[in-house]
Order: sequence, then structure tokens, then C-alpha cells
Amino acid sequence: MFADEPVVQMQGVSVDFGGVRALDSVSFRMFPGEIHSLIGENGAGKSTLIKALTGVQSISAGTIRVRGEQTAFTSPADAQRLGIQTVYQEMDLLPNLSVAENIMLGRERHGRFGINWKLMEADAERALDELGLDLDPRSALGTHSLAEQQLVAIARALAARAKILILDEPTSSLDQNEVSELFRVLHSLRESGVAVLFISHFLDQVYEVSDRLTILRDGRSVGEFLTSDILRIDVVSRMTGTRTRGLPSPLVADGGAELSAGAARPFFRAHHVGVNGAIAPFDLQVGEGEVIGIAGLLGSGRSELVRLLSGVERSDSGEIEIDEKRVRLRSPASALSQGVAYSSDNRAVEGIIGDFSIAENILLALQAERGWLRRLPKQHRDELVQSYMTALDIRPADPEALVKTLSGGNQQKVLLARWLALAPRLLVLDEPTRGIDMATKAEIQRLIAELAANGMSVIFISAEFRELVGLSDRIGVMRDGRLEVVLENDDLSEDRLLAIIAYGSQAGAGDDAESDER
Amino acid sequence: MRTLTRHRLFWPIAALVALVVINTLSRPSFLSVTVNDGELYGSLIDILRNSAPLMLVGIGMTLVIATRGIDLSVGAIIAISGAVALSYIANSGSPESLVTVATGIGLGIGVSLVLGLWNGFLVSVIGIQPIIATLVLMLAGRGIAMLITQGQITTITSGPYDFIASGYVFGLPVPFYISVVAVVAAALLVRRTAFGVLLEAVGINPAASRLAGIKSRGIIWIVYGFSGLLAGAAGIIYSSNISAADANNAGLNVEVDAILAVVIGGTSLAGGKFMLSGTVIGVLIIQTLTATVTFLGVPPAVTPLFKAIVVIVVCLLQSPKVRQLLTKRRKPTPRAERTETVKVSAAA
Repeated sequence: MFADEPVVQMQGVSVDFGGVRALDSVSFRMFPGEIHSLIGENGAGKSTLIKALTGVQSISAGTIRVRGEQTAFTSPADAQRLGIQTVYQEMDLLPNLSVAENIMLGRERHGRFGINWKLMEADAERALDELGLDLDPRSALGTHSLAEQQLVAIARALAARAKILILDEPTSSLDQNEVSELFRVLHSLRESGVAVLFISHFLDQVYEVSDRLTILRDGRSVGEFLTSDILRIDVVSRMTGTRTRGLPSPLVADGGAELSAGAARPFFRAHHVGVNGAIAPFDLQVGEGEVIGIAGLLGSGRSELVRLLSGVERSDSGEIEIDEKRVRLRSPASALSQGVAYSSDNRAVEGIIGDFSIAENILLALQAERGWLRRLPKQHRDELVQSYMTALDIRPADPEALVKTLSGGNQQKVLLARWLALAPRLLVLDEPTRGIDMATKAEIQRLIAELAANGMSVIFISAEFRELVGLSDRIGVMRDGRLEVVLENDDLSEDRLLAIIAYGSQAGAGDDAESDER
Repeated sequence: MRTLTRHRLFWPIAALVALVVINTLSRPSFLSVTVNDGELYGSLIDILRNSAPLMLVGIGMTLVIATRGIDLSVGAIIAISGAVALSYIANSGSPESLVTVATGIGLGIGVSLVLGLWNGFLVSVIGIQPIIATLVLMLAGRGIAMLITQGQITTITSGPYDFIASGYVFGLPVPFYISVVAVVAAALLVRRTAFGVLLEAVGINPAASRLAGIKSRGIIWIVYGFSGLLAGAAGIIYSSNISAADANNAGLNVEVDAILAVVIGGTSLAGGKFMLSGTVIGVLIIQTLTATVTFLGVPPAVTPLFKAIVVIVVCLLQSPKVRQLLTKRRKPTPRAERTETVKVSAAA
């Protein structure tokens, strides 16, 4: 099935960004006529590897061989010359131009009087035919569906005689039928000897389409497998770094457990909340002082789920009740006024105001809630800032320091202080402990437990099962846009979570009570 | 000294001082202020007086730019404001009456406020890019002014109206007081309330501001309304100065000067942190520059070139890269001093 000689061979490739090693001596290979999946969690190094392979990012160690020849890419153009073509997630096409222009962009056919449109359209049509696509090459690209645009992007790569085709999350915005159509095309490409690198967060799709897969974690390669040789559960455990045997989880010495869901009075109820084509309608209830962990792979809809609960995104269906009263969370502001605060996992873009001081960042949400006319009195401001900076041990201890100069962990603490200053009833945290140092991580975990003990409810997302099992009263598992199950966390094993993420809630049922879909 | 040169206002102020020095050298009488009938006269006084319209527009522009926006329509609003006020006064039959003049001014400024709110509506509610949204009024506005004046240059003879631009109170020209009132009002609005902080948050990071619960729509709307209001007031001063409403030339290119003043004053066009004090200096620089060119006998047609040179120099001096180049030549900076300068606040 595979040719002997790999078409791409990366050996010991490392990439550094400043002082940070994003890729650490990774080896990776692809054979002609195969579909190869590259999988890993956020920050595992997938995009860095692609950038290295496409010449976007220069490597600091290791070798890249393409069709046997050692290469030293200095630009994406170098990589393209060797037949490496990439179709990016946010398609880099021009919706205002015609399909033919998009396919032939940069390779226009010239005649005596400039561009020979007839020839160009014929070429484009041929590329479309190869993919079995019936599109008018003269129609504007923007008039076609996203799936068709995606296929046009592939046609564009083929017209450039791609030998190696990289597809970066091509299915994230496609529906089921469109995905099948894409896979049909990928299969026919495989027949013609093209090596396809397929990147997706959807394990089902990886298993459906790929022959071989490489798993990355924390910038290292965790292994290369034939898809038929490795169980999904092993893929997930290698991606997340969870050993298949359960670890003791002494994150919270005491607390948490006594205040379990049974005792807590549910005040927040979501009924059939969902978004068409993205998040299947789900029910979720949150009790006072309850900690709910959300598990699931990246792209499973875990962020979308909590964003629906906190007014950041709007739902198509369902309703949310707080204290038995129906509320409409139209915006973050309206959710905040109902006592629901959301802290994004994307600190730089959706969290901090970088040019503001620590004090201004902490006070921002409180001031926004009061409105601009009622400025917080200076003494009140200073006291608040001082108390949160001390309580959370924010460094540097200077409230006037600009937040953009702080470490990730301290930025996270500033954000937590911002939400805590509002005294929310429900605090929703999207990966609160990702990308911060171990010490701060432990502090934040302790803080979550303390807040819950004092009656605040917390929903948090985590990619780490240890953390989920250690902190949560209940754990919800997201899978392919569905909230599969919400489990009571009494002696819930990490294995069990792993199995549900890999196979769905039917897997391994029976050893834990699936009590909660109240 | 080192901390001084790193202050955000150092280079704008240095440029202003340099301009004054150049003027004084070429014409020693530049600095002299004479008292005549208890009223002050002199080049410096003229600069204070003539800079009033640009000062008003510049303050509005600063706030608009802080939200990542821009307001190109201010020049057209100046024309409309003057046209409305003068048409009313001219047709009233009692141009000398205080009530008439006050009503005219109220109408002019009122219409300007509505136009500013219209801009704000397009930007914050409809979501049109600010440059396009305000371009609409920039182009259409002069037509509207022309309609109001029926294609004529409306002139009036009205003592009370003339007083706005040419009058004196306690020895200083009235437009100077208007500038001061506008600056103080704006400073109170943005720094005494939380308006400035929320405005900057929206300008620096709109997505994070939304998640923090800031209702940016209202803030942006207010800012454009305020800009329109100030442009309207500038239009009153301008038309009072010439006792005429000139739909074609009133406030011509003032948007460009205002944007320059804001940039010279150290507010980034990328939005976010803004400095009203910087804009005040920027406006004075531009006004002094205009005066300088006249004093030096440079043909008016070449004036834009001089403006461009000064603007480029001031902007270069403020860019971090050039600053780095300049400081590298000197001794390496001790660490402690560097952190100190981070604290420089943006207080107006």
C-alpha cells in the first residue's frame, strides 16, 4: 500500500520562538498515496510543525527531506516549488473573484495580449473535473457554499501540482454530507499518489479517513501509528498525557466533596439550549457552591457550551432559568448582571486589556456594571485592588504595572480578580490553568475549591483529567458538539472519562451511575 | 532629565517651543503682547484665538480616535453649523437681538449634534467602518450646507454674533475661553467619570471589553455625538469670524489638521490610550506653524509641505524605534529608570 520511500521525512526538527521551544526534536514522515493525520491538543505543536514543513517558520535544529532531497526552506515559495500545498482553516481565497481566478491565482495563463482567459478557465475546469466538481469556473467564489469553497481551495492546490497536500482543519465548518464529499475527494487523491496531511480535532473523522497518524504532545512526537493498529482510547490518552491507570488526585485536601450536588440547591437551569449544527440541545443544572468540570477534546464544543451559558454566544434554542425565572442572556453584560461571569481561555484577545494597569484591569468589569457615570470612589478602588492583589498574591505588587508585562499566571490572577470583584453567583472558567506555571496552577485550583466552599458555583473546562476529577462535584463530557453525559464525581476514574471521550457515553457504562441528566 | 525626555509630552512640547524660538528669532516682536483698551494683542494672542475651532474639533477627534475610529465629517459639520445659524439669523429680521443669535447658535449646534449622532449610529449600530460612515457626511455635508444657504454665501451684520469670534472678556479673546471650556469639559467628562477608562478599554481590546460587560455601543455613540457637537461649536466660531456662512470653504481640510494634532499629541491612530493634553499641544503646534509660515513669507501654497515636515519629525521622535536609536548612542539606561517611566499616566 505504501511506497518504500517517504515523500516527506522530518528528523529531529526543533523550532524555537524566542526562548520557548515549540517543537522539540520531532520526527515525522509521510508516504505518497497515504492520508496521514496529525493530532494533538492545543499547543501540542501541530501548527508549528506545519509551519516548519511549509517554510513559514525556519527550524533551529534537525533536517527536512522532501522526496529524498534535504531542503532548507527560507520561504513558503520554496516549499511550494517542491509540491507542498496547504489549505488553511480560514481559507485564504478571494470570494470576490471567480472560481477560475482563485484556482489559477499566481499561475495565470498568458497569451500575446495579457491573460488568456479561455485557457485559464479550461485549466481551472480540468482541475475541478479531477475532483468531480461541477462548478462554473466563471462564477464568483463567494456565491458557493463553504464546502465547495474548500474543494476549490483543494483544486487550487492540485492545479499547482501538489504532491503533498496539507489540510488544516478542513472539516470544522462543514456539515456531515459535505464532510463525506470531502473524504471522497481525499480518497481519490490518495489513489493518484498524493500524500495528504489531514489535521482535525474530530477523532471519528481521523479514523474514517486516515491510514496513518502521528500524535504530538507538548511539542514532542508521542508516536506514529497505523490507524488500524491503535485504539481510540490509546490515542486520547497519548494526546492528553493521561496514563491509562488512574492517578491519586489529592488536589483538594478537604472541602468539595461534602458540598456535593445532592445538597446544593440548583439555581441555574439550562433547558434544551443549543446551536444549530454546532451544539446539540442540552440540559444542565448548577447548584449553589457546586463545581462542574467540563471534559472533552479541543473542538468538541466544550468552549461553545460554556459560552452559551454565559451570554457570550447566543443559542438558537432552549432557555435558561435563574432562580426559577426565565432570563435571556443576550450579551456578556446581561449575563454579568444576572451574576454569571465568563473568563475566556484566550487571555490576550478576550481577557486582559494589555495597556491598562493591574488596578484598571481588576476594576474594569465592576466599573462597566456600574456604568460610566458612577465612577468607583478612589478609596473604594484602592481598597478593592489591594485586597485582591494580596489575596491572589499578584506579582509584581505594584497596582500600576501594565498587565501586558505580567507573566501568564499573574495575568490569569488579574482576570480572576476582575470577575471576583463582581461577586458572581456562577463563575465560568475556560481552561483557567492552561499555559501557566505549576505553582500558580495549584493556587488557582485551591481558589476554585475555596470559592465553591463559600457558596459560589463554578463551571470550568480543563484538558487535564486529574484536575477535573480532583476539583469537580460533577463532570460533563463534551463529544462532537454533544454534552454526552454529566456524571457524579464519586470515585469517577480518569479511565472512565477517557473512554467516554473516545467512544461516547455508551462505552463502559455500568461501572458508574449516570445519574445526572436532570 | 532622562525621565523628562521620556515623558509622552516631551517632544510635542519641545517642538512647540522650537517653533516659538524660530519665530522670535526671525521677528523679535513675535513674543510681545500689547495692551490696548484693556485688551491684549499680539501674535501669541492671535494663535490662541485662531486655534479655537481646531481645538474643539481636535478634542472630539481624540476621543473618536481612541475608540479606533475616525471622524472625517467634522469639516462638513462646521459648514452646516454655520449655514444653519446664519440662515436663521439672516432671515429673522432682528440680527442684533440676543435671543435671535442665541437661537441661531442653538440650532446650529443642535443640528451638528444630530449629525454626530447619525455618524455614531452608522458606526456603532449598523457597524459600518468609521472611515466610510463619516465619509458619507463629509461628502454630503457640504451639499446640505449649500442647500441651506441656497448656493449663496450668507452674510449677516450682527454685533452679538461677531462677539463670539472677535470679542474680548477680561482682556482675552472669547474663542480662547471657548477652547478652555471645551478642554475642561472634555477632561471632566473622561477623567472624573469612568467614561475615559471604558472608552480606552474598548479602543485597546474590544473583544475583552465586551466580555467584561462594557456596552461599547453606547460609548461609541456618545463619542461621535460629542465630536459632532464640538464641530458644530467650531462652525459657529468660524462663521462668526467672517460674519458669513461659506458652504464650500468653511472648515475645509480641518479633519486633516485635527487628525494631525491628535497624532502629534501622542494618541495612537490604532486607538486605546489617549491624551487630551497632547492634543491641546498638537493643535497649538499646528496653529503656530500656520502663523510661522505666514511670518516667514513662505507662499501659502507651500504651507502643507512645512506642516508635513513638522508632523513627520514629531511622529518620528515619538516612535519607540527612533527613540531607541537615539538613546542607544548615549549611555545604557539603568534598569530602575526604565521601569519608572512605564508609570507615566495619561491624565489629561
